[in-house]
Amino acid sequence: MADGVRVVDRPRTGIGVSTRRPDGGPKVRGEFAYSSDLHADRMLWGRTLRSPHAHARILSIDIGPALTIPGVSAVLTADDVPGRPTYGLTVPDQPVLARDIVRYEGEPVAIVAADHPDTARRAIASIVVEYEVLEAITDPQRALQSPAIHPDGNLIRTVPIRRGDVDAVGSVVVEGTYEMGIQDQAFLGPESGMAVPDGAGGVDLYVATQGLHQDHAQVAPCLGLAPEQVRLHLAGTGGAFGAREDLSMHVHACMLALHVNRPVKMSYLRDESFVGHVRRHPAHMWFRHHATPEGRLVKVEAQILLDGGAYASTSAYTAANSARFACGPYRVPNAVIDATCVRTNNAPSGAMRGFGVVQVCYAHESQMDKLAAAVGLDPVEIRLRNVLARGDELVTGQTVDVPAPVRECLEAAASVPMPPPASDVDDYGLPGGAGRTADRARIRRGVGYAVGFKNLAYAEGYDDDTRARCRLDGGVATITCAAAELGQGFVTVAEQITRTVLGVDQVVLAPASTATIGSAGSSASSRQTYMSGAAIAMACRQVAEGARRAVAHRHAVAVEALEIDEGRIVSRDLSIDIPIGRASEEPLEAEVNHHHRETFPMDPVTGQGDTDVSWVFAANRAVVDVDLDLGLVRVVQMATGQDVGKALNPLSVVGQIEGAVSQGLGLAVMEEVVTTDGIVRNPSFTDYLIPTTADMPPVEITLIEEPEDGAPFGAKGVGETACLSSTPAVVAAIRAATGLELSRVPVRPEDIALADVRREG
Amino acid sequence: MTGAVTYRLQINGADHAVESSWLGESLLYVLRERLGLVGSKNACEEGECGSCSVLVDGRLVCSCLELAAAAEGTEIITVEGLSPDGTLSDVQEALVAEGGVQCGFCTPGFVVAVHDLLDGNASPSPLETKEALAGNLCRCTGYGRIEAAVERVVELRRG
Repeated sequence: MADGVRVVDRPRTGIGVSTRRPDGGPKVRGEFAYSSDLHADRMLWGRTLRSPHAHARILSIDIGPALTIPGVSAVLTADDVPGRPTYGLTVPDQPVLARDIVRYEGEPVAIVAADHPDTARRAIASIVVEYEVLEAITDPQRALQSPAIHPDGNLIRTVPIRRGDVDAVGSVVVEGTYEMGIQDQAFLGPESGMAVPDGAGGVDLYVATQGLHQDHAQVAPCLGLAPEQVRLHLAGTGGAFGAREDLSMHVHACMLALHVNRPVKMSYLRDESFVGHVRRHPAHMWFRHHATPEGRLVKVEAQILLDGGAYASTSAYTAANSARFACGPYRVPNAVIDATCVRTNNAPSGAMRGFGVVQVCYAHESQMDKLAAAVGLDPVEIRLRNVLARGDELVTGQTVDVPAPVRECLEAAASVPMPPPASDVDDYGLPGGAGRTADRARIRRGVGYAVGFKNLAYAEGYDDDTRARCRLDGGVATITCAAAELGQGFVTVAEQITRTVLGVDQVVLAPASTATIGSAGSSASSRQTYMSGAAIAMACRQVAEGARRAVAHRHAVAVEALEIDEGRIVSRDLSIDIPIGRASEEPLEAEVNHHHRETFPMDPVTGQGDTDVSWVFAANRAVVDVDLDLGLVRVVQMATGQDVGKALNPLSVVGQIEGAVSQGLGLAVMEEVVTTDGIVRNPSFTDYLIPTTADMPPVEITLIEEPEDGAPFGAKGVGETACLSSTPAVVAAIRAATGLELSRVPVRPEDIALADVRREG
Repeated sequence: MTGAVTYRLQINGADHAVESSWLGESLLYVLRERLGLVGSKNACEEGECGSCSVLVDGRLVCSCLELAAAAEGTEIITVEGLSPDGTLSDVQEALVAEGGVQCGFCTPGFVVAVHDLLDGNASPSPLETKEALAGNLCRCTGYGRIEAAVERVVELRRG
């Protein structure tokens, strides 16, 4: 202000403040309506008959017995799919209902609608399907030598990267082979939703999803309906973590509802959920790192094999991520990398938090520890000698032109005070808890470190644009945006951004729907705050500009004489000072279509290209106690340093990091979907373990704030990064405690306690 | 539906008639689908996740494992009964304020479980809290903010 001092009450609910979730009250009271809570008059229950075989030919389906059960209204099969018989997020290669062949255990074969979920269950059980069981191709290492299990073939994509001197050799070479099992997202809210026919041939689907519009683009063609005849509305979503990127019950519920002309609700049970959504790609990885005697990286070689399961989903892009991030956040002048994703008769793999990077982060960080040992450096020092910084080039040739505080993340994690020694812990705090520890003298403590990084938003030339509309009327700002709130807190940040730009107290978020606005893209790849948050800020700024013009007009001054400042329209001499919320008697409205900067494909031979929008970085330190006899691991403490750009809501960011660390910890020591010949053996929370309160240690978090130019208030997306580096940090800590190689995650008790037996056996 | 029965349930101090219910229905199903009390959640329906936690005669149970008809004659408290006047209980308030709620699907179960914990033990140690809440799964938070909420309530109740 040139000629005056004005004290402005900064909004206490704006950017940088840990404001409360707008949906917090309803959620703690049990009033928030999740997709499985929906109810309508005359509603029926839908249920899915699934293949019990990983690979089989369907010889016949007899739905007759189901139709005779009182209360059953419809039994539908592939013959009843009204439109396109297949769907898919990237290519439509997956049948809505299997016709001739089932390609994985759990593939949908028939659907029913009935008056009660138990009636539906009995109806499903009564359908007689005659199968000819075929050999299941479930080993990804055999997939490319096996007969094609799908007309599109068994190769989904190979992504090569050739960088610098591919023949370069370092004087120090370390090599390793690494494996990762299948991790399930294990969101708590089941796949569910309700389809309501509109009486005119169309349908409204209320569903839990990550991306309404990407679902809509698949659902409408399968129903054989025009786009406007199908409307998707976001129902309360109980977590996602990638598992709601693809369709689940969407088309089935709509088919049934249109067939019986009644609302139909579907809600998967937990065992069904384990085959009802895509899971994280299991991986086989070979790495060879070359370095100088001082531990500086010379070259990285990597061969990465991902199991895509029976259908493509997003596997092609997962493979690309595995390739691009195979070296980790390090300076690597030379690289020879191939990442391949193949088709098998396992359930489809797809998106999960960390998308293709979690796998390679475990491998490259294991390699860095091997390298540290080979050159005689400690794990922190080997990393600090090689970390990327802003201005460095990636192995794709792209320059990192955003803040890249890898060093700062690692130093922050490494400087957290160590927890008390194991001897100070009472029995309950020991591995396995009270009573399960064999002998205190056989407990070993270990410390491990890891760093990781990942891209923000979509890559390789994909324009995942977004839209937001702001309407200011009577001091109330209404934001319309189709971004899916999954629990991550987008709704909180959307309100904060709006309050900050417009200075209004009252912000209303309109329900997310395909009927009211165009796509916001998916709530995936850490992108919604970065993308839709930016769109909301832009829409609000356009409204503020409208307010400025309105005030100028009313006061007969030049627009240039007025400034937009802290939610107010102010003249230089302060004679005009009007809150934006009261600036115009007419409603003001603006809609923005926001695109991130242009990205480009990877060169098909060299993998070179400016593929990414931005990157986020994190480091973890893990401290563990290991019971050598029982093979039990207690993670004692996690320390995380994370690059966040700017924390728009610090409490939300902490929640994202703690949640990501818990999923990374789970992958390190307990989480695996176990399969035998493609059949899932543990589809329940009894046998698929996720961390409980008893498993989770304190997470000591340092937020590294280096705002990114052009990002909304400098904020990067924070959802995924901490789960990259937490898994390898935990495994490194177990290695430090045991001296074992541990080349596979999750690390199971027998991998520790029976390591000697296995080596000898 | 064969095997239909009619009975009454006392829930949150109110009397509810359950009519023509299949005898095999769980308490969770009857609460959610027959009585419209959808606060108790259906994350696993096999007694592992705690999202359906309710109190039956003061006993913390997974309502998915209880037969509804067998609960006749008991006093049932659900999450809806912990803030009947539309305000938030101290536990609910703390979960929101401390960031213990993300997707929120586990939250009603935690609300019931934390009330049960603190009503029986006014100042649990951190390990006692972990032990008491280990039957409630949360996939979003990593539990740190939920444990912080418990600590806040303990301090507030201590006065």
